[in-house]
Amino acid sequence: MKRYHQAVWDDPLIFEMGHKGERGQIIPEVEEEIKATVGNVLSSIPAKMLRKQLPKLPEVSEPEVTRHYLRMSQQTIGELGFQIGHGTSTVKYNPKINEQLARMPSAVDVHPLQDEETVQGWLEVLYNVSRWLCEISDFDEFTFQPAGGAQGQFTCAVLIRAYHKLNGELDKRREIIVPVKSHPCIPSSAAIAGFKVVAIYPDETGTTPVEAVKAAVSKHTAGMMMTNPQEFSIFDSNIEEHIKTVHEIGGLMAYDMANFNGLFGITRAGDMGFDMGHFNIHKSFSTPHGSGGPASGAVGVKEELKKLLPVPVVEFDGRKYHLNYDLPHSIGKIRGFYGNVGNAVRAYAWMMTMGAEGLRETGEIAALNVNYLAKKLVEIPGVRLLMGENPYRPRVGGQAEFNLDKIKEDTGIGLQEINMRIIDYGHMTCETGHHPYIFTENPFALEPCETISKANLDEYIEMWKQIVHEAYTNPEILKTAPHNTTFSKLDASVANDPKRWAMSWRAYLKKHKARDDT
Amino acid sequence: MDYQVFFINLQKKYIIVLFSMNNRVKVKRMDKSIVYPYIPNSEPEVKKMMLKEAGFKDIEEIYRDIPDKLKLKRRLNLPPPKSEYEVRRNITATMAKNKTCNELLCFVGAGCWPNHVPAVCDEINARSEFLTTYGSPPQLSPGLYQTLFEYQSMICELVGMDATAGPMYDWPTCCGEAANMAYRITGRSEILVPRTMSPERLSVMRNYSESVVDITLINYDPKTGLLDLRDLKKKISSKTAGIYIENPSYLGFIETQGEEIAKIAHDKGALSIVGVDPSSLGILTPPGEYGADIVVGECQPLGLHMSYGGAVLGLIAFQDDPKFVAEAPRRTISITTSNVEGIWGFTPVHIERNMYIAREEATSFTGTTTVLWAITAAVYMALMGPQGMRELGEAIMQRSHYAMKLISEIKGVEAPTLNSTHFKEFTVNFDGTGKTVSTVNRALIKRGIQGGKDITKEFPELGKSALYCVTEIHMKEDIEKLANDLKEVVEREVN
Repeated sequence: MKRYHQAVWDDPLIFEMGHKGERGQIIPEVEEEIKATVGNVLSSIPAKMLRKQLPKLPEVSEPEVTRHYLRMSQQTIGELGFQIGHGTSTVKYNPKINEQLARMPSAVDVHPLQDEETVQGWLEVLYNVSRWLCEISDFDEFTFQPAGGAQGQFTCAVLIRAYHKLNGELDKRREIIVPVKSHPCIPSSAAIAGFKVVAIYPDETGTTPVEAVKAAVSKHTAGMMMTNPQEFSIFDSNIEEHIKTVHEIGGLMAYDMANFNGLFGITRAGDMGFDMGHFNIHKSFSTPHGSGGPASGAVGVKEELKKLLPVPVVEFDGRKYHLNYDLPHSIGKIRGFYGNVGNAVRAYAWMMTMGAEGLRETGEIAALNVNYLAKKLVEIPGVRLLMGENPYRPRVGGQAEFNLDKIKEDTGIGLQEINMRIIDYGHMTCETGHHPYIFTENPFALEPCETISKANLDEYIEMWKQIVHEAYTNPEILKTAPHNTTFSKLDASVANDPKRWAMSWRAYLKKHKARDDT
Repeated sequence: MDYQVFFINLQKKYIIVLFSMNNRVKVKRMDKSIVYPYIPNSEPEVKKMMLKEAGFKDIEEIYRDIPDKLKLKRRLNLPPPKSEYEVRRNITATMAKNKTCNELLCFVGAGCWPNHVPAVCDEINARSEFLTTYGSPPQLSPGLYQTLFEYQSMICELVGMDATAGPMYDWPTCCGEAANMAYRITGRSEILVPRTMSPERLSVMRNYSESVVDITLINYDPKTGLLDLRDLKKKISSKTAGIYIENPSYLGFIETQGEEIAKIAHDKGALSIVGVDPSSLGILTPPGEYGADIVVGECQPLGLHMSYGGAVLGLIAFQDDPKFVAEAPRRTISITTSNVEGIWGFTPVHIERNMYIAREEATSFTGTTTVLWAITAAVYMALMGPQGMRELGEAIMQRSHYAMKLISEIKGVEAPTLNSTHFKEFTVNFDGTGKTVSTVNRALIKRGIQGGKDITKEFPELGKSALYCVTEIHMKEDIEKLANDLKEVVEREVN
């Protein structure tokens, strides 16, 4: 097994560094003539609005700031380890060329309200990416405004609301049906858009029974929002039937394509009958996760819903590209400007690199990798697949979910301890999959994207074998893990103690230093 | 299996050349079978071996649960794969059609502003470790947690609050989150906002909070732009969950009545919500010192390129009170101790309210937001320090006031149109010139100047007006060129 040890720097907080008067940046000196002309501008601010005491920011030189944050980055794992543990999150390799292109001055030094003539490059990219997304999804129009996957689903919920409002039926259509093993951003989005969430459960095959949808629909149904596959990664063969059921009572179907990575070029949202849906550009389309964003949840719709989209949409008249704000039934804005458009440039570069054949290869290898991993991992005693193990049902979403019930029962060791031990190998810990946990108390989810090699997978499986072996033979090493890091345990009890928690250094000083001083 | 792989596209057949470590050269020829640089297991032999070990006779078998009629029977109608060089060449050429603000003099803001981005900001946010991490436990990525705590702390210093949520999407969405938060905290169903509020932020607020609150517009004093306190007192009621103001306002003036407005809110049991541009907070009193319960704002000026509106960072800070912290729209982290003497630990607060666990009972749907930009803003604030923020604010004011003075000297042009103190943005009215804003802007762009945002439709009562923006990057010569060219455009040129 390969060894790993985290970088340990013991850097203090930036507030504890530097010296009064040090600085890391100089503002361009204002010309004397300007100063003389405008006089003391601060005196024009009414006294109560003029800041009395400067903000207590750190006072640190540029080299010291640089060194500090480089050290912080060294103590952050990123792509250095395998990110297979991020089941349901599609953390794949982020090509470097895409990053270079998205960071060109021609991309970043552009204001969103510049004259259309001066942003034809941007508009061309957004237009082309939207056309390509339409081809991949069979939708007719896309918006990049939603700033993440969850906001993509929220946008879908707002579109459903606007659709029924336009038809004068919103008062009676108050319910959104959500298969529970879709992503939890869906019920929260639907609720914040004002809908009552009707949860439906999968059966033992890991998919939603036809009868469950039939029983859930009523005259109150506004629509259904779901992933397919759901978290178990098993394709719902009854999807057409579900969609028919919802359409027949006048509801809309929204697709969360979070679990799409194994399906590129294989099947399409529009062909299944969905009315709208979102892609996670920052996942399936290779743009980086940025430690938690900026993301992009581009939303696509069928032609008849285009009139509801957030404004503007990008259009092409055969000669020039335009921003069209003239959608009379638009929901308006869902986020400022046009969304995290840098990710559209990255996705453009990625799709261009992969081409039609490469997108299909992405889907196929993502699916192959996860099935290979699933088959191999269950050879480890105590590790079981969650749903569809016998007879085996192929995983097509990119991820697979497992359960650790047997190991937990035999050894008392659960995912928490195993995760801490995985850190000792420098790899990302495993997701549990999302609430509610059903069919197991000890779930975990893995997603070996297409960018992981067979050798990587074999190494990862070896690590699991070793850790499970330890759980049975040397559980203490798991309970005290991680061993190769800056620290292994922290006091999480402050998280529920308002007297001690501190979400800022100033709060910490008020709560703790005051006590120390007395 | 350690090969370097090259492809050559030859008459639609691909020849794959594999150089092994010891330089033995194998050449394989096959139809439509490509080994992709990002997909190691696309190598045909590996793929075959894996299929066999996974128990499938071919790839099709993996997709056996998908009904045949739902399967795409054709190749996607997209171009064929390209090399990195071709992609670079293609996209570089496309993006070269943009005119950047290095070529144009950019005087537009309205929610995204031209500020200088220190080189260290780009250095740090391009670090692969920060760029490619998703979530991570504190033990695996303590550096990320410490950086985020430092970000939260510096934001709290700027806005004068003790608690904040982690990074959010942007200012507009924070307006929506703040409205929903105020509803949950007070149980009341109305938010009062100034009629001068950014229309974009108002639209997002409506979409976020439509199901729980009504939004009522409060009039402003037509001379100064300041909130009309009489109208406010008339409209506030026991239904009011919160009063939202912007400081500086969308139209650029400083709202000087923050303290009175907060008092009016508190007297009625409502919350005071203030939206800020943090680049003003080296010189303007932080909202925490004039009674704000919730502060929202846009951190794009803190080290983020304009990026065609694609690099924005919302902040939402609030009182360090369990009532507020429990309703935070996104995870926040607390500093704590670790098992190693002298080493801090960091832990999430109130995770049970996030959407991953609480689902339809969650405080927000928000998951992935803008952490990379928060890391960047932390670097920016650390570089700037207290003096830097002070000087930034003062320089912006001096330069924007210089611009207002020069522009107001042009015949028929009024700047600012509102009789208040402005920070970095201000309204310019062209009614006296007989020209529309779009006519003026079209003429300016030909001269290499991006004029202000046309707000004629947003605020018809302000006439033919534009919202101009001047920051620390606009040198004296730039401002004078703007004023000279504006003068020529409105006085001489006929459309």
